[in-house]
Amino acid sequence: MRLSRWVALVLALVAAIIAGVALGTLRLSVSDVVSGFLGTGAPMPIAVVRTLRLPRVLLAALVGAGLGAAGAALQGATRNRLAEPYLLGVSGGAAVGAVIAVALRAPLAVVPIAAFLGAMGAVGLTLLVARASGGRGDARVILMAGVVVGAFANSVIMVALANAADNTVRGAMWWMMGSAADASWAQVGGLAIFVAVGVGVLLALGRSIDVLALGDDTAAGLGIDVSRVSLGVYVAGALLAAGTVSAAGLVGFVGLLVPHLVRLAGARTHRTIIGAAALAGATLVVFADLFARTALPPAELPLGAVTALIGVPFFFVLLRRLA
Amino acid sequence: MIAFRDVAVRYPHRERPALDGVSLDCVRGRITAVVGPNGSGKSTLVRALLARAPLTAGVITVDDIPAASLSRRELATRIAVVTQREEPAFPLTVDEYVSLGRYPHLGLWRAAARADRDAIRRAVDLTEVHAFADRAITELSGGEWQRVRLARALAQGGDAIVLDEPTTFLDVGHEMAIFELLSRLAGEGLAVLLVSHQLNLVARFADHMVLLRHGHVEASGTPAAVMNGAVLERVYEWPLVVTRDPAVGAPALVPLRMKRPS
Repeated sequence: MRLSRWVALVLALVAAIIAGVALGTLRLSVSDVVSGFLGTGAPMPIAVVRTLRLPRVLLAALVGAGLGAAGAALQGATRNRLAEPYLLGVSGGAAVGAVIAVALRAPLAVVPIAAFLGAMGAVGLTLLVARASGGRGDARVILMAGVVVGAFANSVIMVALANAADNTVRGAMWWMMGSAADASWAQVGGLAIFVAVGVGVLLALGRSIDVLALGDDTAAGLGIDVSRVSLGVYVAGALLAAGTVSAAGLVGFVGLLVPHLVRLAGARTHRTIIGAAALAGATLVVFADLFARTALPPAELPLGAVTALIGVPFFFVLLRRLA
Repeated sequence: MIAFRDVAVRYPHRERPALDGVSLDCVRGRITAVVGPNGSGKSTLVRALLARAPLTAGVITVDDIPAASLSRRELATRIAVVTQREEPAFPLTVDEYVSLGRYPHLGLWRAAARADRDAIRRAVDLTEVHAFADRAITELSGGEWQRVRLARALAQGGDAIVLDEPTTFLDVGHEMAIFELLSRLAGEGLAVLLVSHQLNLVARFADHMVLLRHGHVEASGTPAAVMNGAVLERVYEWPLVVTRDPAVGAPALVPLRMKRPS
């Protein structure tokens, strides 16, 4: 991918972050945003920027970066252009883990770990279902397995919430539709660690994913341990799904949409695709979150619903092209 | 270079072993061809070499070292494999694809050095794929794609190249071009192990033939020795004759039409 496109990606993210911090019920100028960020100037913009909007915008950016990178790597490793954490049921598995941890009143720090275990369980189940039907290499079979696992995860969550108080159920439902509304600096810090580790591992595996994308036998002939590299991608993907789901609930279709956009922009090798998808995913989710909170004021739309509104038509176009 | 000794492979839930006591040698400077009907175990032989099919008996050695004791990457620096099927999922350019042949040498992080670039250039020269170096591999014709796959395998380096049905779906011209290239590579000292259904071409180009049937070696030797009408008729379960091609003098198999009941 050309350097100019990298620069455009970075500038788009910076613009999204500035817009995300500036726009809302209280509109701030760019200079307010900068002075608020630096802690100079009037106390009100400082409070809005530092306490409310910046953590939310950064959380959205990290969610997008994690989902974009995870989608890019999963698509490469499974040779499946429709793969992404949400559609593979991985995010659903992470949600199950997180909901169970919350239902058991586990400490907050345990939630992402439970989400990670849930995500890994979902990966295993999806691959098992796909393998049992003899179609591990078939994009549609893996997708169907993922959708089934996602539906199963949903049912588990419903059962887990059966005896919960009304407000807990309402909170859980809102969270399951995706939201960055409750962002805090602690959450941003926690998610930053998940995203740094997950994206770092995927970038490290980028060259191996290029080889893996040629098919298992060819990859083996080029010296790849197919099972080990695949496992590395799934674990890093599950880590990213767990981090993003714990922080902002279920945000679908970002991992599907973004890798395709960066491929269209000329990214072909996976290290480039993963890096560019992280940047583009961050930009997309920051804008989606901005839309979610400003489109129908004073109501706030669920973030996952906004990304689905963009992603579902794209999914149909893609499905038609693949057919 | 590559030696199979009494190799047996049995896939799970299969009644019959896919390979049973197969021994063969593939040496430098020669084309060794493995032929046989569908399901005779030819592709399993390649998969066993790649450790993609577990051996239940026997040993495969590479330069007298058991292949199982070599790491995957070490094996890949010695032997390049062009598998039977490879459907590109993403549109890399031909250049990028051929460069992936250097993966066993580069690993995750090392940048391509002069030796890597030289190996890639030589592979591109030998296979004459310059003309479409910038095209996406998903847009190539069948003949171009096979040449590009061969270029990737040659860029891999090593002293042996293993090809599983490299001329499937190719027309006569492209088929001959591949066989001529393999003959040239063997002439330059490479060990070529070729799995093929093209008995007549194999008989013209190979130095040594191995005929498989139901996972056993049915016949092995020079093309003249293996191209035996009675043996081939039994193995392929079809009436045929073996003649001598008047134009090139090589043994040639001619399958016969079934006699219709009058």
